[in-house]
Amino acid sequence: MLRVIGNEDTMAKLQFVDFGGMVRTVEAAVGSTAMEAAIKNGIPGIEAECGGACACATCHVYVDDAWQTAVGAPTAMEEDMLDFAYDVRPNSRLSCQIKITDQLDGVILHTPERQA
Amino acid sequence: MTPTISTDALIVGAGPVGLFAVFELGLLDIKTHLVDILPKIGGQCAELYPEKPIYDIPGFPSVTGQGLIDNLLKQIEPFHPEFHLSEMVASVESIGSAEAPLFRVITDAGTVFETKTLVIAAGGGSFQPKKPPIPGIETYEEKSVFYAVRRMEDLRDRDVLIVGGGDSALDWTLNLQKVARRVTLMHRRDEFRAAPHSVEQMRALVAGDQMDLRIGQVTGLGGEGGRLSRAICRGNDGSEFEIVCDAMLPFFGLTMKLGPIADWGLALDENLVPVDTEKFETSTPGIFAIGDINTYPGKLKLILSGFHEGALAAQKVFRYINPDKRLTFQYTTSSSSLQKKLGVSGT
Repeated sequence: MLRVIGNEDTMAKLQFVDFGGMVRTVEAAVGSTAMEAAIKNGIPGIEAECGGACACATCHVYVDDAWQTAVGAPTAMEEDMLDFAYDVRPNSRLSCQIKITDQLDGVILHTPERQA
Repeated sequence: MTPTISTDALIVGAGPVGLFAVFELGLLDIKTHLVDILPKIGGQCAELYPEKPIYDIPGFPSVTGQGLIDNLLKQIEPFHPEFHLSEMVASVESIGSAEAPLFRVITDAGTVFETKTLVIAAGGGSFQPKKPPIPGIETYEEKSVFYAVRRMEDLRDRDVLIVGGGDSALDWTLNLQKVARRVTLMHRRDEFRAAPHSVEQMRALVAGDQMDLRIGQVTGLGGEGGRLSRAICRGNDGSEFEIVCDAMLPFFGLTMKLGPIADWGLALDENLVPVDTEKFETSTPGIFAIGDINTYPGKLKLILSGFHEGALAAQKVFRYINPDKRLTFQYTTSSSSLQKKLGVSGT
């Protein structure tokens, strides 16, 4: 059996901008979610209470205007869950439902003042 | 006044770890009562991810949250645990000694237990209604802002604003519409997760001018001395408007909070309960903590860790309850006495 040595995942850069405007840049493996990258890197403002099951709305982010098309719109299930978030805007997403792709390298996500 | 329930072990939390503790205690002939704040059994598995597959339960390549709970319920059936649902343990008072612990435990529904041991399997704490972070909302809570309806009469002839789009929001809209002076339902979009039948009823009431539906979000509250007089709202087009109301009911789902456990006199470490790794006992002899709620060096918040912790805690619970009895370690595969308890016959 051939064993893959090391981590050969392709990485993408993600920028989290907090409520005060501070930018934190982290790396995320393609195929992982923005929420996972946030939790791994201790990004403040992302709680992810349910651990990524799209069941709590505590990983709410605002997608930067320039990236809205690339990131895309929430699914119906995610829309339902966004009802539990506070100050929902047209660019609101749950970061556990944003899958990182090559196209999202450099994506900018704004974290809200507070998760509800 | 309901009579005090005497028991050997009281488990706080009916999630997977609390349920498996029933099994481990049951094998040692210890009868259990369980208290859970949710109206249903299963904790986070049932509330947060009933349909999500879990891949790290030993022996189950994949099982859903609800599937795991159903299986655990089947597994503990022989031990007839008694459930006290929709109740939260409000207070724990030690009335025994370190050698012979005894606790008086009272729930928010007034149920009183006298238990020799207490097993906290409360996961992330208790599920409580989410409070929307509207500036100053605390000053109105209990007078004008309510997260649950205890008595409908309290809302009679009031102007009630209900916020949300799920079943709780729609059910209370339909119920309170009958007693309130006027009900306004506000939701951030003109689509509702609630049961289609309730949504239809709501739309019919709106069409008949018997209630109002507004699309938007509440951004501020106005009033005096905790008495609400209006909600300041923002529509999806950014426009600001006000809704006249003297009661508001936000329904934004549930979140987990440590809750009253913080007041039980236990040593805490950042909202977790430190335990030893031999007995999973807390700083108070006779009170144990298993599953996500506890912490110790190397702790992993996995369901399987909680199962292990429950098995070890059960051994010490047995020693408190039967100080003079010898505890013989037995396997369910071969012990005829264990098989008898499980209601299965050996081969």
